[in-house]
Amino acid sequence: MPFTPTKETYSGKIYTVAVGKDSGMITLGGENVLPFHTFDGLLPNRPVVAYEIQDSPPDDWPDEVLSPYADVVNSPVLWAKYCQDTLMAQAIALRLAGTHPDRANRSPEDAAQTVKDVLSSVDIPVIILGSNHAEKDASVLVAAAEAAKDRNCIIGKAQEANYKTIAAAAMANNHKLIAMSELDINLSKQLNILISQMGFEKERIIIDPMCSALGYGLEYTYSVMERIRLAALAQNDLTMQQPILGDVGIYVWKVKETQASETDVPQWGNLKERSVAWEAVTAVSLLLAGAELLIMRHPKSSDAVRKVIEELT
Amino acid sequence: MLVIGEKLSIIAKRVREAMMKRDKSPIQDIAISQWKAGAGMIDANIGPAEDGGEALMQWMITTIQEAVPLPVCLDTTNYRAIDAGLTVHNNQWGRPLINSTSNDPERFPMLELAAKYHSQIIGLTVGKGGLPADAEERAAIAAEIMARAAESGVPLEDLYLDPLVLQIATSQDHALKVVKAVRMFQELNDPPMKTVVGLSNISNGCPKHVRPIMNNYLLSLLIYEGLTAAIADPHEVSQTVKTIDVILGNTLYAHSYLEM
Repeated sequence: MPFTPTKETYSGKIYTVAVGKDSGMITLGGENVLPFHTFDGLLPNRPVVAYEIQDSPPDDWPDEVLSPYADVVNSPVLWAKYCQDTLMAQAIALRLAGTHPDRANRSPEDAAQTVKDVLSSVDIPVIILGSNHAEKDASVLVAAAEAAKDRNCIIGKAQEANYKTIAAAAMANNHKLIAMSELDINLSKQLNILISQMGFEKERIIIDPMCSALGYGLEYTYSVMERIRLAALAQNDLTMQQPILGDVGIYVWKVKETQASETDVPQWGNLKERSVAWEAVTAVSLLLAGAELLIMRHPKSSDAVRKVIEELT
Repeated sequence: MLVIGEKLSIIAKRVREAMMKRDKSPIQDIAISQWKAGAGMIDANIGPAEDGGEALMQWMITTIQEAVPLPVCLDTTNYRAIDAGLTVHNNQWGRPLINSTSNDPERFPMLELAAKYHSQIIGLTVGKGGLPADAEERAAIAAEIMARAAESGVPLEDLYLDPLVLQIATSQDHALKVVKAVRMFQELNDPPMKTVVGLSNISNGCPKHVRPIMNNYLLSLLIYEGLTAAIADPHEVSQTVKTIDVILGNTLYAHSYLEM
Protein backbone atom coordinates (compact mmCIF):
# COMPACT_ATOMS: atom_id res chain seq x y z
CA MET A 1 0.00 0.00 0.00
CA PRO A 2 1.51 3.33 -0.96
CA PHE A 3 2.26 5.77 1.83
CA THR A 4 0.16 8.94 1.72
CA PRO A 5 1.38 11.65 4.06
CA THR A 6 -1.35 13.38 6.03
CA LYS A 7 -1.95 16.99 5.06
CA GLU A 8 -2.80 19.61 7.64
CA THR A 9 -5.39 21.94 6.20
CA TYR A 10 -6.57 25.17 7.75
CA SER A 11 -9.69 27.26 7.34
CA GLY A 12 -7.81 30.55 7.55
CA LYS A 13 -5.37 32.28 5.24
CA ILE A 14 -2.89 35.13 5.65
CA TYR A 15 -3.78 38.37 3.86
CA THR A 16 -1.71 39.19 0.81
CA VAL A 17 -0.05 42.56 1.26
CA ALA A 18 1.71 44.26 -1.64
CA VAL A 19 4.23 46.98 -0.82
CA GLY A 20 6.07 49.45 -3.02
CA LYS A 21 5.59 50.51 -6.61
CA ASP A 22 6.11 49.14 -10.10
CA SER A 23 9.12 46.90 -10.62
CA GLY A 24 10.21 47.15 -7.00
CA MET A 25 6.93 45.90 -5.60
CA ILE A 26 7.06 42.99 -3.17
CA THR A 27 4.25 40.85 -1.83
CA LEU A 28 3.96 39.45 1.67
CA GLY A 29 1.68 36.72 3.01
CA GLY A 30 -0.94 34.77 1.10
CA GLU A 31 -0.14 31.41 2.66
CA ASN A 32 -2.65 29.00 4.22
CA VAL A 33 -0.09 26.86 6.03
CA LEU A 34 2.31 27.13 8.92
CA PRO A 35 5.74 28.63 8.12
CA PHE A 36 7.52 26.75 5.32
CA HIS A 37 4.99 23.88 5.40
CA THR A 38 4.89 23.90 1.62
CA PHE A 39 3.91 20.22 1.68
CA ASP A 40 0.55 21.15 3.28
CA GLY A 41 -0.62 23.94 1.01
CA LEU A 42 0.09 27.32 -0.49
CA LEU A 43 3.09 29.49 0.26
CA PRO A 44 2.94 31.90 -2.66
CA ASN A 45 5.35 34.53 -1.32
CA ARG A 46 8.68 34.20 0.38
CA PRO A 47 9.45 36.07 3.57
CA VAL A 48 11.39 39.28 2.95
CA VAL A 49 14.45 40.75 4.65
CA ALA A 50 14.45 44.56 4.81
CA TYR A 51 17.80 46.24 5.45
CA GLU A 52 17.73 48.87 8.14
CA ILE A 53 19.13 52.33 7.48
CA GLN A 54 18.85 55.46 9.60
CA ASP A 55 18.25 59.14 8.99
CA SER A 56 21.33 60.20 10.93
CA PRO A 57 24.55 58.32 11.71
CA PRO A 58 23.75 55.77 14.42
CA ASP A 59 25.54 56.39 17.69
CA ASP A 60 24.51 53.11 19.29
CA TRP A 61 25.51 50.53 16.65
CA PRO A 62 28.52 48.42 17.64
CA ASP A 63 31.49 48.55 15.27
CA GLU A 64 30.78 45.06 14.00
CA VAL A 65 27.56 46.19 12.35
CA LEU A 66 28.51 49.81 11.63
CA SER A 67 31.76 49.08 9.79
CA PRO A 68 30.15 47.48 6.69
CA TYR A 69 28.32 50.78 6.19
CA ALA A 70 31.23 53.09 7.20
CA ASP A 71 31.25 54.90 3.85
CA VAL A 72 27.53 55.57 3.69
CA VAL A 73 26.21 56.17 7.22
CA ASN A 74 26.43 59.92 6.84
CA SER A 75 23.96 59.93 4.00
CA PRO A 76 20.66 58.06 4.14
CA VAL A 77 20.47 58.35 0.35
CA LEU A 78 23.86 56.72 -0.23
CA TRP A 79 23.08 54.16 2.43
CA ALA A 80 19.78 53.26 0.77
CA LYS A 81 21.41 52.99 -2.66
CA TYR A 82 24.17 50.84 -1.23
CA CYS A 83 21.59 48.40 0.19
CA GLN A 84 19.66 48.32 -3.06
CA ASP A 85 22.50 48.23 -5.58
CA THR A 86 25.37 46.49 -3.78
CA LEU A 87 23.65 44.32 -1.19
CA MET A 88 20.72 43.60 -3.54
CA ALA A 89 18.16 44.30 -0.82
CA GLN A 90 14.50 43.63 -1.65
CA ALA A 91 13.38 46.31 0.79
CA ILE A 92 14.73 49.02 3.07
CA ALA A 93 13.62 50.04 6.53
CA LEU A 94 14.34 53.72 7.11
CA ARG A 95 14.35 54.29 10.85
CA LEU A 96 13.99 57.96 11.72
CA ALA A 97 16.00 57.46 14.89
CA GLY A 98 17.36 61.01 14.73
CA THR A 99 13.93 62.40 15.53
CA HIS A 100 14.01 61.00 19.07
CA PRO A 101 14.06 63.82 21.65
CA ASP A 102 17.07 62.18 23.33
CA ARG A 103 18.95 61.94 20.03
CA ALA A 104 19.20 64.71 17.47
CA ASN A 105 15.54 65.61 18.03
CA ARG A 106 15.12 66.24 14.30
CA SER A 107 11.90 67.94 13.32
CA PRO A 108 9.07 66.22 11.44
CA GLU A 109 9.85 68.50 8.48
CA ASP A 110 13.49 67.37 8.41
CA ALA A 111 12.41 63.77 8.66
CA ALA A 112 9.95 64.26 5.82
CA GLN A 113 12.75 65.64 3.65
CA THR A 114 14.89 62.58 4.37
CA VAL A 115 11.98 60.34 3.42
CA LYS A 116 11.58 62.21 0.12
CA ASP A 117 15.29 62.00 -0.63
CA VAL A 118 15.49 58.29 0.08
CA LEU A 119 12.34 57.49 -1.87
CA SER A 120 13.60 59.33 -4.91
CA SER A 121 16.87 57.42 -4.89
CA VAL A 122 15.61 53.80 -4.71
CA ASP A 123 13.00 51.68 -6.47
CA ILE A 124 12.60 49.00 -3.81
CA PRO A 125 9.88 49.35 -1.16
CA VAL A 126 10.62 51.43 1.91
CA ILE A 127 9.41 50.81 5.44
CA ILE A 128 9.32 54.09 7.34
CA LEU A 129 9.81 53.76 11.08
CA GLY A 130 9.72 56.38 13.81
CA SER A 131 12.07 56.52 16.74
CA ASN A 132 9.71 54.54 18.96
CA HIS A 133 8.86 57.63 21.00
CA ALA A 134 5.06 57.38 21.01
CA GLU A 135 4.43 61.12 21.23
CA LYS A 136 7.09 62.29 18.78
CA ASP A 137 6.29 59.49 16.34
CA ALA A 138 2.74 60.76 16.05
CA SER A 139 3.98 64.00 14.43
CA VAL A 140 7.03 62.56 12.64
CA LEU A 141 5.14 59.71 11.01
CA VAL A 142 2.31 61.97 9.87
CA ALA A 143 4.83 64.19 8.06
CA ALA A 144 6.66 61.14 6.73
CA ALA A 145 3.45 59.52 5.47
CA GLU A 146 2.56 62.70 3.59
CA ALA A 147 6.05 62.98 2.11
CA ALA A 148 5.74 59.40 0.87
CA LYS A 149 2.19 59.81 -0.43
CA ASP A 150 1.12 57.08 -2.88
CA ARG A 151 4.46 55.26 -2.73
CA ASN A 152 2.70 52.38 -0.96
CA CYS A 153 5.17 52.24 1.93
CA ILE A 154 4.80 50.56 5.29
CA ILE A 155 4.51 53.16 8.06
CA GLY A 156 5.10 52.37 11.71
CA LYS A 157 4.85 51.77 14.38
CA ALA A 158 1.32 52.49 15.52
CA GLN A 159 0.91 51.65 19.18
CA GLU A 160 -1.95 51.90 21.63
CA ALA A 161 -0.87 55.43 22.60
CA ASN A 162 -0.67 56.89 19.11
CA TYR A 163 -2.43 54.61 16.64
CA LYS A 164 -5.22 57.03 15.79
CA THR A 165 -2.99 59.73 14.33
CA ILE A 166 -0.62 57.35 12.59
CA ALA A 167 -3.33 55.11 11.17
CA ALA A 168 -5.18 58.17 9.85
CA ALA A 169 -2.00 59.38 8.13
CA ALA A 170 -1.30 55.97 6.63
CA MET A 171 -4.89 55.77 5.43
CA ALA A 172 -4.90 59.26 3.88
CA ASN A 173 -1.64 58.64 2.02
CA ASN A 174 -2.23 55.05 0.90
CA HIS A 175 0.30 53.23 3.00
CA LYS A 176 0.37 49.99 4.93
CA LEU A 177 0.65 50.19 8.70
CA ILE A 178 2.62 48.38 11.38
CA ALA A 179 0.54 47.76 14.50
CA MET A 180 2.79 47.10 17.46
CA SER A 181 1.78 45.79 20.85
CA GLU A 182 4.00 44.65 23.66
CA LEU A 183 4.35 40.87 23.65
CA ASP A 184 0.73 40.13 24.33
CA ILE A 185 -1.42 38.29 21.85
CA ASN A 186 -4.70 39.64 23.21
CA LEU A 187 -3.48 43.23 23.06
CA SER A 188 -2.23 42.60 19.54
CA LYS A 189 -5.69 41.48 18.49
CA GLN A 190 -7.25 44.41 20.34
CA LEU A 191 -5.05 46.95 18.53
CA ASN A 192 -5.94 45.41 15.17
CA ILE A 193 -9.61 45.72 16.07
CA LEU A 194 -9.24 49.34 17.20
CA ILE A 195 -7.35 50.28 14.03
CA SER A 196 -9.88 48.58 11.77
CA GLN A 197 -12.74 50.25 13.65
CA MET A 198 -11.29 53.58 12.48
CA GLY A 199 -11.99 52.48 8.93
CA PHE A 200 -8.44 51.35 8.21
CA GLU A 201 -8.66 48.10 6.28
CA LYS A 202 -7.39 45.19 8.32
CA GLU A 203 -5.86 43.76 5.15
CA ARG A 204 -3.38 46.69 5.14
CA ILE A 205 -1.96 46.05 8.60
CA ILE A 206 1.34 44.34 9.46
CA ILE A 207 1.47 42.85 12.96
CA ASP A 208 4.51 43.57 15.13
CA PRO A 209 4.08 41.60 18.35
CA MET A 210 7.39 43.13 19.56
CA CYS A 211 10.70 41.49 18.98
CA SER A 212 13.48 40.35 21.27
CA ALA A 213 16.95 38.90 20.82
CA LEU A 214 18.18 35.37 21.34
CA GLY A 215 18.86 34.97 25.03
CA TYR A 216 16.74 37.98 25.92
CA GLY A 217 13.17 36.73 25.78
CA LEU A 218 13.12 35.46 22.21
CA GLU A 219 10.91 32.59 23.35
CA TYR A 220 8.18 35.08 24.31
CA THR A 221 8.19 36.66 20.86
CA TYR A 222 8.33 33.22 19.30
CA SER A 223 5.36 32.00 21.29
CA VAL A 224 3.22 35.07 20.61
CA MET A 225 3.95 34.89 16.87
CA GLU A 226 3.18 31.20 16.79
CA ARG A 227 -0.13 31.68 18.59
CA ILE A 228 -1.10 34.58 16.33
CA ARG A 229 -0.48 32.36 13.34
CA LEU A 230 -2.49 29.49 14.81
CA ALA A 231 -5.40 31.85 15.58
CA ALA A 232 -5.23 33.05 11.98
CA LEU A 233 -5.08 29.63 10.36
CA ALA A 234 -6.75 27.16 12.71
CA GLN A 235 -9.40 29.48 14.21
CA ASN A 236 -9.80 31.54 11.06
CA ASP A 237 -9.59 34.69 13.19
CA LEU A 238 -10.10 37.52 10.68
CA THR A 239 -8.45 40.07 12.97
CA MET A 240 -5.16 38.13 13.17
CA GLN A 241 -4.51 37.17 9.54
CA GLN A 242 -1.97 39.86 8.72
CA PRO A 243 1.68 39.22 7.89
CA ILE A 244 3.97 39.45 10.92
CA LEU A 245 7.04 41.66 11.30
CA GLY A 246 10.20 40.75 13.19
CA ASP A 247 12.17 43.94 13.91
CA VAL A 248 15.31 41.97 14.63
CA GLY A 249 18.39 44.15 14.28
CA ILE A 250 17.52 46.79 16.84
CA TYR A 251 17.20 44.15 19.56
CA VAL A 252 20.15 42.00 18.59
CA TRP A 253 22.76 44.72 18.24
CA LYS A 254 22.39 46.00 21.76
CA VAL A 255 23.00 42.76 23.66
CA LYS A 256 26.44 41.99 25.05
CA GLU A 257 26.86 38.87 22.90
CA THR A 258 27.10 41.10 19.81
CA GLN A 259 29.56 43.46 21.47
CA ALA A 260 31.89 41.77 23.96
CA SER A 261 35.31 41.08 22.47
CA GLU A 262 36.98 37.71 22.50
CA THR A 263 39.67 39.16 24.75
CA ASP A 264 37.05 39.99 27.39
CA VAL A 265 35.09 36.74 27.09
CA PRO A 266 37.37 34.13 25.50
CA GLN A 267 34.89 31.27 25.93
CA TRP A 268 32.40 33.05 23.64
CA GLY A 269 34.74 32.89 20.66
CA ASN A 270 35.22 35.22 17.75
CA LEU A 271 33.08 38.37 17.93
CA LYS A 272 32.69 38.79 14.17
CA GLU A 273 31.21 35.34 13.71
CA ARG A 274 29.31 35.36 16.97
CA SER A 275 27.54 38.66 16.40
CA VAL A 276 26.50 37.83 12.85
CA ALA A 277 25.31 34.41 14.00
CA TRP A 278 23.35 36.03 16.84
CA GLU A 279 21.34 38.15 14.43
CA ALA A 280 20.89 35.32 11.93
CA VAL A 281 19.72 32.80 14.54
CA THR A 282 17.29 35.28 16.06
CA ALA A 283 15.89 36.07 12.62
CA VAL A 284 15.54 32.46 11.47
CA SER A 285 13.81 31.53 14.73
CA LEU A 286 11.19 34.19 14.06
CA LEU A 287 10.75 33.01 10.48
CA LEU A 288 9.92 29.59 11.88
CA ALA A 289 7.44 31.18 14.30
CA GLY A 290 5.61 32.95 11.48
CA ALA A 291 7.33 36.24 10.57
CA GLU A 292 7.05 37.23 6.89
CA LEU A 293 9.02 40.45 7.13
CA LEU A 294 12.31 40.93 8.96
CA ILE A 295 14.20 44.13 9.59
CA MET A 296 17.91 43.33 9.89
CA ARG A 297 21.19 45.18 10.07
CA HIS A 298 24.30 43.19 9.20
CA PRO A 299 24.78 42.35 5.50
CA LYS A 300 26.25 38.94 6.33
CA SER A 301 23.49 37.80 8.66
CA SER A 302 20.91 39.15 6.21
CA ASP A 303 22.56 37.12 3.45
CA ALA A 304 22.57 34.01 5.59
CA VAL A 305 18.87 34.40 6.39
CA ARG A 306 17.98 34.97 2.74
CA LYS A 307 19.76 31.73 1.89
CA VAL A 308 17.77 29.87 4.53
CA ILE A 309 14.56 31.30 3.06
CA GLU A 310 15.57 30.16 -0.41
CA GLU A 311 16.40 26.69 0.78
CA LEU A 312 13.17 26.27 2.74
CA THR A 313 10.80 27.47 0.00
CA MET B 1 -22.12 27.91 16.81
CA LEU B 2 -24.68 28.54 14.11
CA VAL B 3 -27.49 30.95 14.95
CA ILE B 4 -30.57 30.47 12.78
CA GLY B 5 -32.51 33.74 12.92
CA GLU B 6 -36.02 33.06 14.24
CA LYS B 7 -37.63 36.41 13.57
CA LEU B 8 -39.30 35.66 10.24
CA SER B 9 -42.21 33.74 11.73
CA ILE B 10 -45.85 33.90 10.79
CA ILE B 11 -46.61 34.19 14.50
CA ALA B 12 -45.37 37.79 14.44
CA LYS B 13 -48.10 40.17 13.27
CA ARG B 14 -45.79 42.37 11.21
CA VAL B 15 -44.33 39.35 9.40
CA ARG B 16 -47.72 37.74 8.85
CA GLU B 17 -49.10 40.92 7.29
CA ALA B 18 -46.07 41.28 5.05
CA MET B 19 -46.46 37.64 3.95
CA MET B 20 -50.13 38.11 3.13
CA LYS B 21 -49.53 41.35 1.22
CA ARG B 22 -46.32 40.04 -0.39
CA ASP B 23 -44.62 43.16 0.92
CA LYS B 24 -40.90 42.48 0.60
CA SER B 25 -39.44 45.34 2.58
CA PRO B 26 -40.37 44.30 6.16
CA ILE B 27 -39.20 40.75 5.44
CA GLN B 28 -35.92 41.95 4.01
CA ASP B 29 -35.36 44.48 6.80
CA ILE B 30 -35.73 41.74 9.39
CA ALA B 31 -33.50 39.35 7.43
CA ILE B 32 -30.76 41.99 7.10
CA SER B 33 -31.00 42.92 10.75
CA GLN B 34 -30.61 39.27 11.80
CA TRP B 35 -27.73 38.72 9.38
CA LYS B 36 -25.87 41.76 10.73
CA ALA B 37 -26.41 40.54 14.29
CA GLY B 38 -24.67 37.28 13.46
CA ALA B 39 -27.26 34.90 12.05
CA GLY B 40 -25.73 32.31 9.72
CA MET B 41 -29.07 31.13 8.42
CA ILE B 42 -32.61 32.55 8.35
CA ASP B 43 -35.63 30.56 9.48
CA ALA B 44 -38.70 31.08 7.31
CA ASN B 45 -41.67 29.93 9.35
CA ILE B 46 -44.84 30.07 7.27
CA GLY B 47 -46.92 27.90 9.61
CA PRO B 48 -49.01 25.02 8.23
CA ALA B 49 -49.84 27.14 5.15
CA GLU B 50 -52.55 24.83 3.90
CA ASP B 51 -53.49 27.10 1.00
CA GLY B 52 -50.88 28.57 -1.29
CA GLY B 53 -47.98 27.32 0.83
CA GLU B 54 -45.86 26.56 -2.23
CA ALA B 55 -46.02 30.07 -3.60
CA LEU B 56 -45.55 31.61 -0.16
CA MET B 57 -42.44 29.57 0.66
CA GLN B 58 -40.93 30.34 -2.73
CA TRP B 59 -41.63 34.03 -2.28
CA MET B 60 -40.12 33.99 1.23
CA ILE B 61 -36.93 32.28 0.14
CA THR B 62 -36.43 34.52 -2.86
CA THR B 63 -37.22 37.62 -0.85
CA ILE B 64 -34.80 36.67 1.93
CA GLN B 65 -31.97 35.66 -0.39
CA GLU B 66 -32.31 38.83 -2.43
CA ALA B 67 -31.38 40.72 0.73
CA VAL B 68 -28.87 38.53 2.57
CA PRO B 69 -26.20 36.04 1.45
CA LEU B 70 -27.46 33.27 3.71
CA PRO B 71 -29.18 29.89 3.37
CA VAL B 72 -32.76 29.47 4.57
CA CYS B 73 -34.30 27.09 7.08
CA LEU B 74 -37.66 26.05 5.59
CA ASP B 75 -40.02 25.87 8.53
CA THR B 76 -43.46 24.40 7.83
CA THR B 77 -45.34 21.14 8.15
CA ASN B 78 -46.47 21.51 4.54
CA TYR B 79 -44.56 19.00 2.42
CA ARG B 80 -45.48 20.64 -0.87
CA ALA B 81 -44.37 24.05 0.35
CA ILE B 82 -40.94 22.68 1.24
CA ASP B 83 -40.69 20.85 -2.09
CA ALA B 84 -41.51 24.05 -3.94
CA GLY B 85 -39.22 26.15 -1.74
CA LEU B 86 -36.21 23.94 -2.32
CA THR B 87 -36.50 24.40 -6.09
CA VAL B 88 -35.81 28.15 -5.75
CA HIS B 89 -33.30 28.09 -2.88
CA ASN B 90 -29.95 29.63 -3.86
CA ASN B 91 -27.31 27.19 -2.61
CA GLN B 92 -24.54 29.67 -3.42
CA TRP B 93 -24.93 30.98 0.15
CA GLY B 94 -24.97 27.56 1.76
CA ARG B 95 -27.27 24.56 1.79
CA PRO B 96 -30.86 24.82 2.99
CA LEU B 97 -32.22 23.18 6.14
CA ILE B 98 -35.63 21.49 6.29
CA ASN B 99 -37.52 22.06 9.53
CA SER B 100 -38.38 19.22 10.12
CA THR B 101 -38.80 15.45 10.09
CA SER B 102 -39.63 13.47 13.26
CA ASN B 103 -40.81 10.07 14.38
CA ASP B 104 -44.32 10.93 13.29
CA PRO B 105 -45.06 8.97 10.07
CA GLU B 106 -46.60 12.11 8.59
CA ARG B 107 -43.14 13.72 8.72
CA PHE B 108 -41.21 10.83 7.18
CA PRO B 109 -41.53 12.11 3.60
CA MET B 110 -39.50 15.19 4.53
CA LEU B 111 -36.43 12.93 4.41
CA GLU B 112 -37.16 12.17 0.75
CA LEU B 113 -37.04 15.89 0.05
CA ALA B 114 -33.72 16.20 1.85
CA ALA B 115 -32.30 13.40 -0.29
CA LYS B 116 -33.84 14.74 -3.49
CA TYR B 117 -32.50 18.28 -3.05
CA HIS B 118 -29.32 17.41 -1.12
CA SER B 119 -30.67 19.55 1.70
CA GLN B 120 -29.90 19.39 5.41
CA ILE B 121 -32.75 18.47 7.70
CA ILE B 122 -33.79 18.78 11.35
CA GLY B 123 -34.91 15.58 13.09
CA LEU B 124 -37.25 16.50 15.91
CA THR B 125 -37.15 13.71 18.51
CA VAL B 126 -40.86 13.36 19.05
CA GLY B 127 -43.20 10.66 17.83
CA LYS B 128 -46.89 10.51 17.27
CA GLY B 129 -47.49 9.30 20.81
CA GLY B 130 -46.75 12.57 22.59
CA LEU B 131 -43.75 14.16 24.19
CA PRO B 132 -40.63 12.16 25.09
CA ALA B 133 -40.37 11.51 28.80
CA ASP B 134 -36.63 11.97 29.25
CA ALA B 135 -33.24 12.22 27.55
CA GLU B 136 -33.04 8.48 26.99
CA GLU B 137 -36.34 8.40 25.15
CA ARG B 138 -35.20 11.34 23.03
CA ALA B 139 -32.01 9.46 22.16
CA ALA B 140 -33.99 6.32 21.26
CA ILE B 141 -36.18 8.34 18.90
CA ALA B 142 -33.06 10.00 17.51
CA ALA B 143 -31.63 6.58 16.67
CA GLU B 144 -34.80 5.69 14.78
CA ILE B 145 -34.67 8.94 12.81
CA MET B 146 -31.02 8.33 12.02
CA ALA B 147 -31.77 4.84 10.70
CA ARG B 148 -34.58 6.21 8.57
CA ALA B 149 -32.34 9.00 7.27
CA ALA B 150 -29.70 6.49 6.25
CA GLU B 151 -32.35 4.39 4.43
CA SER B 152 -33.60 7.48 2.63
CA GLY B 153 -30.13 8.39 1.44
CA VAL B 154 -29.63 11.38 3.75
CA PRO B 155 -26.06 11.44 5.11
CA LEU B 156 -25.97 11.61 8.90
CA GLU B 157 -23.84 14.77 8.77
CA ASP B 158 -26.82 16.49 7.15
CA LEU B 159 -29.12 15.60 10.02
CA TYR B 160 -29.55 18.00 12.97
CA LEU B 161 -31.14 16.31 15.97
CA ASP B 162 -33.56 18.50 17.95
CA PRO B 163 -34.38 17.39 21.53
CA LEU B 164 -37.46 19.65 21.65
CA VAL B 165 -37.07 22.39 24.21
CA LEU B 166 -40.19 22.69 26.38
CA GLN B 167 -41.49 25.60 28.41
CA ILE B 168 -39.79 26.06 31.74
CA ALA B 169 -43.01 27.44 33.18
CA THR B 170 -44.93 24.21 32.58
CA SER B 171 -42.24 21.52 32.21
CA GLN B 172 -39.38 22.55 34.43
CA ASP B 173 -37.87 19.07 34.72
CA HIS B 174 -37.42 18.88 30.94
CA ALA B 175 -34.84 21.67 30.78
CA LEU B 176 -32.08 19.48 32.17
CA LYS B 177 -33.28 16.51 30.11
CA VAL B 178 -32.79 18.59 26.98
CA VAL B 179 -29.26 19.51 28.04
CA LYS B 180 -28.50 15.84 28.66
CA ALA B 181 -30.08 14.82 25.34
CA VAL B 182 -27.78 17.19 23.43
CA ARG B 183 -24.84 15.39 25.01
CA MET B 184 -26.30 11.94 24.29
CA PHE B 185 -27.18 12.73 20.65
CA GLN B 186 -23.57 13.41 19.87
CA GLU B 187 -22.55 10.01 21.17
CA LEU B 188 -24.84 8.28 18.69
CA ASN B 189 -22.33 8.59 15.89
CA ASP B 190 -18.69 9.27 15.11
CA PRO B 191 -18.20 12.01 13.98
CA PRO B 192 -20.72 13.33 16.53
CA MET B 193 -24.27 14.05 15.39
CA LYS B 194 -25.21 17.68 14.85
CA THR B 195 -27.74 19.19 17.21
CA VAL B 196 -30.18 22.09 17.11
CA VAL B 197 -32.75 23.60 19.45
CA GLY B 198 -35.65 26.00 19.14
CA LEU B 199 -34.22 28.02 21.99
CA SER B 200 -36.86 30.55 22.90
CA ASN B 201 -39.47 27.91 23.60
CA ILE B 202 -37.87 27.54 27.02
CA SER B 203 -39.19 30.96 28.03
CA ASN B 204 -42.51 30.79 26.26
CA GLY B 205 -45.07 31.87 28.81
CA CYS B 206 -42.54 33.64 31.04
CA PRO B 207 -42.77 37.36 31.81
CA LYS B 208 -41.23 39.44 29.04
CA HIS B 209 -38.22 40.62 31.04
CA VAL B 210 -37.35 37.04 32.03
CA ARG B 211 -37.32 35.67 28.50
CA PRO B 212 -33.90 36.83 27.26
CA ILE B 213 -32.32 35.83 30.57
CA MET B 214 -33.77 32.35 30.44
CA ASN B 215 -32.87 31.94 26.75
CA ASN B 216 -29.26 33.02 27.18
CA TYR B 217 -28.47 30.95 30.25
CA LEU B 218 -29.94 27.82 28.73
CA LEU B 219 -27.99 28.50 25.56
CA SER B 220 -24.68 28.75 27.42
CA LEU B 221 -25.28 25.34 29.02
CA LEU B 222 -26.17 23.86 25.64
CA ILE B 223 -23.13 25.31 23.87
CA TYR B 224 -20.96 23.87 26.59
CA GLU B 225 -22.48 20.47 25.84
CA GLY B 226 -21.58 20.87 22.18
CA LEU B 227 -24.74 22.28 20.57
CA THR B 228 -24.24 22.88 16.83
CA ALA B 229 -27.05 25.33 16.09
CA ALA B 230 -29.88 27.26 17.71
CA ILE B 231 -32.97 28.80 16.21
CA ALA B 232 -32.93 32.05 18.14
CA ASP B 233 -32.93 35.83 17.98
CA PRO B 234 -29.32 36.72 17.05
CA HIS B 235 -29.67 40.16 18.65
CA GLU B 236 -30.56 38.50 21.91
CA VAL B 237 -27.96 35.71 21.98
CA SER B 238 -24.90 37.06 20.15
CA GLN B 239 -23.14 38.15 23.36
CA THR B 240 -23.58 34.70 24.85
CA VAL B 241 -22.35 32.96 21.72
CA LYS B 242 -19.26 35.17 21.51
CA THR B 243 -18.50 34.98 25.21
CA ILE B 244 -18.85 31.21 25.43
CA ASP B 245 -16.64 30.93 22.35
CA VAL B 246 -13.97 32.91 24.18
CA ILE B 247 -14.35 30.90 27.39
CA LEU B 248 -14.12 27.64 25.47
CA GLY B 249 -11.01 28.88 23.66
CA ASN B 250 -12.60 28.84 20.21
CA THR B 251 -11.81 32.49 19.65
CA LEU B 252 -8.91 34.55 20.86
CA TYR B 253 -9.85 37.07 23.54
CA ALA B 254 -9.47 40.82 22.94
CA HIS B 255 -11.10 43.62 24.94
CA SER B 256 -13.38 44.40 22.00
CA TYR B 257 -14.34 40.80 21.27
CA LEU B 258 -18.04 41.59 21.60
CA GLU B 259 -17.78 44.10 18.76
CA MET B 260 -16.38 41.58 16.31
